[in-house]
Amino acid sequence: MSAILDIRDLRVTLRRGGHLVRDVSLSVNAGEVHGLVGESGAGKTMIARAVLGILPDAVKVSGGKIGFRGDDLLQLAPKRFRALLGREIALIPQDPLTGLNPARRISAQMTDMLRHHLGQSRQEARANALRLLQEVQIRDAGQVLDRYPHELSGGMRQRVLIAIAFSAEPSLIVADEPTTALDVTVQKQILRLIRQMQERHGTAVLFVTHDLGVVAKVCHQVTVLHTGQVVEQGGIAEIMSTGAAPFTRALMGATPRYDQPADALHPVPAHIHRELLAAARRFDEANP
Amino acid sequence: MSGHLLLRRLVQAVPTLFGVSVVVFVLVRVVPGNPIAMMLPPGATLEDMERLRQAYGLDGSIVEQYVIWLGQALQGSFGTSISLRQDVLELVLGRLPATLELAVFATAMAIAVGVLAATTGVLFRGRWPETVIDAVNGFTLAVPDFIWALALILVFGVLLPVLPISGRVDPRLGTEFATGFYLTEALVSARFTVVGDLLAHMIMPAIALALPLAAIITRVLKNSLAEAMVQDYVMIARVKGFSRWRIIWVEALRNASIPALTLTGVQFTFLVGGTVLVEKIFSYPGIGNMAIDAVINRDLPLIQGLILSFAVIFIVVNLLVDLSYGWLNPRLRS
Amino acid sequence: MTGARLNWRIAVGGGALLALAVIAILAPVLAPVDPLEQDLFLELLPPWWQADADPTRALGADSLGRDVLSRLIHAARPALTVAVVAGVLTMLLGTALGLLAGYMGGMVDVLISRLVDIWTSFPPVLLAIMLVALIGTGLHSVIIAIVLIDWTRFCRVVRSETLAQTQMEYIDAAVIGGLKRGVILFREVLPNVLPLVIVLLTLEMSIAIIVEAILSFVGLSVSSDSPTWGGMIAEGRQVIHQAWWVMAFPMGLILIAVLALNLLGDGLKTALDPVLRR
Repeated sequence: MSAILDIRDLRVTLRRGGHLVRDVSLSVNAGEVHGLVGESGAGKTMIARAVLGILPDAVKVSGGKIGFRGDDLLQLAPKRFRALLGREIALIPQDPLTGLNPARRISAQMTDMLRHHLGQSRQEARANALRLLQEVQIRDAGQVLDRYPHELSGGMRQRVLIAIAFSAEPSLIVADEPTTALDVTVQKQILRLIRQMQERHGTAVLFVTHDLGVVAKVCHQVTVLHTGQVVEQGGIAEIMSTGAAPFTRALMGATPRYDQPADALHPVPAHIHRELLAAARRFDEANP
Repeated sequence: MSGHLLLRRLVQAVPTLFGVSVVVFVLVRVVPGNPIAMMLPPGATLEDMERLRQAYGLDGSIVEQYVIWLGQALQGSFGTSISLRQDVLELVLGRLPATLELAVFATAMAIAVGVLAATTGVLFRGRWPETVIDAVNGFTLAVPDFIWALALILVFGVLLPVLPISGRVDPRLGTEFATGFYLTEALVSARFTVVGDLLAHMIMPAIALALPLAAIITRVLKNSLAEAMVQDYVMIARVKGFSRWRIIWVEALRNASIPALTLTGVQFTFLVGGTVLVEKIFSYPGIGNMAIDAVINRDLPLIQGLILSFAVIFIVVNLLVDLSYGWLNPRLRS
Repeated sequence: MTGARLNWRIAVGGGALLALAVIAILAPVLAPVDPLEQDLFLELLPPWWQADADPTRALGADSLGRDVLSRLIHAARPALTVAVVAGVLTMLLGTALGLLAGYMGGMVDVLISRLVDIWTSFPPVLLAIMLVALIGTGLHSVIIAIVLIDWTRFCRVVRSETLAQTQMEYIDAAVIGGLKRGVILFREVLPNVLPLVIVLLTLEMSIAIIVEAILSFVGLSVSSDSPTWGGMIAEGRQVIHQAWWVMAFPMGLILIAVLALNLLGDGLKTALDPVLRR
C-alpha cells in the first residue's frame, strides 16, 4: 500500500517560542483511517491544521515535511496548494453549527467547490449535490438544498459537511473531532456514516479525536500523542491489546463523556505523565 | 420580502411624521420675529399686514393654525411660500429630484469606496496597504463634508480647472427635460453628452458628501469583516481551496454587512443633512440649497414643507435598511 | 499601543491647539495691521511668494483690500471662543441629563431617551441654521444652537456608561455604607464617567469649530465686518477664480484645528484606556 499522507519529523512551535508538536512522524495509506489521539493540548489539532495549511497566526511549522502524494505540502506555492485543498484534501470540521455560512443556501455551499475545482456547470453541480445529500442519507434532499443552515439540525448539518468533504472525491480527508459537538445518539450515526463513505470512496482519513472509544470503532491505525510527542503508534488491534498500559487507561479516563457526570473526569496524574514521557522516549529510540 | 413588515413600518411612520410636523410647527412659531413684515413693501398699512396674515394663515392661536395647516396638508396643500410666492408642494417637488439623484449617487459612491477599502484592508491585514488605508481613513473621518466640498472646488475647479463648480447642467447644452430626474432621464434616453455633463456637475458635491460616510463604512465594515474572517465557515471555505479575496467577498462580506448597514442608515441622515450645505456651496438646485434660503428668509410654509420632506426621506431610507436585513440575514426572515 | 505613539498624538494635537489659543489671545499684538482696514489699492493682492506681492501683506488681501493674515489671526478668537464655551456647555448639559437618565431610571430615563431620539432625527446642519435664523445672528446664538443640538451626543454616552457603572458592586457598597444618592452620583459615578466625557469634549470642540464656520459661511454668525474663518471662506468663494488664496488660508486653519482636536481626542482615548475599558 502506498502512503497518501507521509508526515516526517513535523515540528510545530509558537512564534514566541515553545513546542506544540515535536518531531512527529506518521503516514496514512490509501483507503485507511488513521486515528490521531491525545488529550487536549497534545498537539493533534495542530498536526491536522498544519496538513490543511490553516495554523493560527501565532503558530508556525519549524521543521519536518508533510508529504502528500510525492509533494511536500510545506514547500508548495500557495496557488498550487489551494488547488489541492478541497479537490484532493478535504476537512470534516468539529462544530457543524458554525461550519456552514449562515447567509448562504446549502446548495450554494455545496456547488461552489464542484464548479470551482471540477468546472461543472450549475445544473451538473446541483445534480451532484443532490446525489451526495442522498448518499449521506438526508431525506428530502431536494428541499434541503434550498434551505439555509439555521433551518437544519446539528446532525443534518454535519451530514451536509461530510457530503461537501467527499464531493470532489479527495484522496485524503482530515476529520477534526467530527462528533464531539454532537449528542451521543447522533455521534454513532455520524461515525458509521463517515466509515461507510470512506470505504465506498476508498478515501484515506486522518481522524483526530480525544476519544479512544471512537478510535476503536473507526480506525485502522492509531498514533497516540502526549504533549506533542508520539507515545505509541501501530495497528488498532495492537494498541487496544496493549491498551492496558497505564497511559491509555489514563487517556480514556481523561476523556470527557456526555453520558457520564463531569466529576468522572480524571486529568492525567503526574506519575502517569512521567510514564507517558518515558514511553515517548522509548518510542523515539525504537523508531529512529 | 414580507408585505406585512412593510405595512407595519408604514403605519409606524405616521406618528413620527406627525411628531416632526408638530415640533417644526411650534419651533418656527414660538420664536419672536415677524415674517410678514419682511415681505411688505415700504409704506404698507397695518390693514395690509392683517390681510397678508390671514392670507398665509398666520392669524389665530398656534393650535388653530396647526389644525388648519394639517387639514390642508392632508389634502395635499402645504400653503404658499412667502418669499417665492409659489405653491410649497410644487416648489419642493420641483427641487426634490435633484437632491435625490445627488444623495443616491453619493451614497452609492460611499458604499462602493467603503466596501472596497474595507475588503482591501482585510485582505492585506498586517501589511502596508492596511496601514495606508487606516491612516487615510483616520484623516477622512476627521474632515467634514463642508471642508471637502471647498477643497474640491479649490483643487478641481480652480487650480486644475477640469470640473464645473456650480449648477446641475450646462445651460448651453439647451437640453429639455420632461422630469426632474435629469440623470435618470438622460441615461434612459441614451443622451450620453448630457449624462457626461450631469455627472461632471454632480461628481464633486457627491464626493464631498460621500467621503465622511465612506470613512465610517470602512471602519465599521473592516472590524466586522475581521471578526467574520475567524469564523469556522471561513476556515471551511479556505479548506475548500478558495482564494482569500473570494472568501472575503462571497463568505464574509454578507455576514459582516449588517452592522455597517445599520450605521449607513443612521449616517444617511447626516448625508442628507450635508446636502443642505454642499448644495449651497456648489449652487446645486436641490431642496438643501432651497432650505438655507427659506430659513434665512423666514419662509415658514416653505421651511415646514422642506423639513417634512427630509423626514419622509429618512423614513423611507430606514425602511429600506430594515428590509435589507432580511436579505443579508436569512435567520431574520421567518 | 506604545507610550511613544500615545505621546506623539497628545503632543502634536495639544501643541497645535495651544499655538492657536496663543494666537487668539494675542491677536491684537500679533496681527500686523488692522483686520478691518480697507485699502482698495491692495484689492485681491497675492501672497508673498507670487509676483507683485506686497511685503506688508504676507498672505495677500481680500476683495476689499483687507489684510488676509490679520483677519485670519483675529478670526481665531470667535472660533476658539465657540469651541470652548459651546463645547463645555454642551458637555455640562448632556452629561447632567445623561447622569440623571442613567442613574434615576424609570420615567426620567424614558422621557430623556425619547427626547434624544426625536432630537437626533433632524438633520443637524439644517437644525443649526434654523435655530440661528430664528434666535438671531451673533456668537451667542451660535453657541446656544450648538448646545441645543449636540447635548444628545454626551447624554447618550453618559447614560449608557452610568447604567453600566450603577450595576457594579462598588455602588451597592456605597449604598450600604449609607451614602445619599446625590453624593454617590457625584463622588462615585461621575469620576468613572469623566474620562469618556473628556474624550467626547475634544470631539465636540471640533464640531463646534465646524458649525461656527458653517454658520458664518451662510452669513448667520457674528456681524459681517468682524472676521471669521467661515465668513472669509464665503468671501473667498465669490472671488475664487481671481484669488483662490482668500478661501484657502481659512480652510487650512479650520482643517488644522479640527485635525489637532481629533488627534488630541485619539491620544487621550488611548491614554485613558484602562479607565475606559474599551
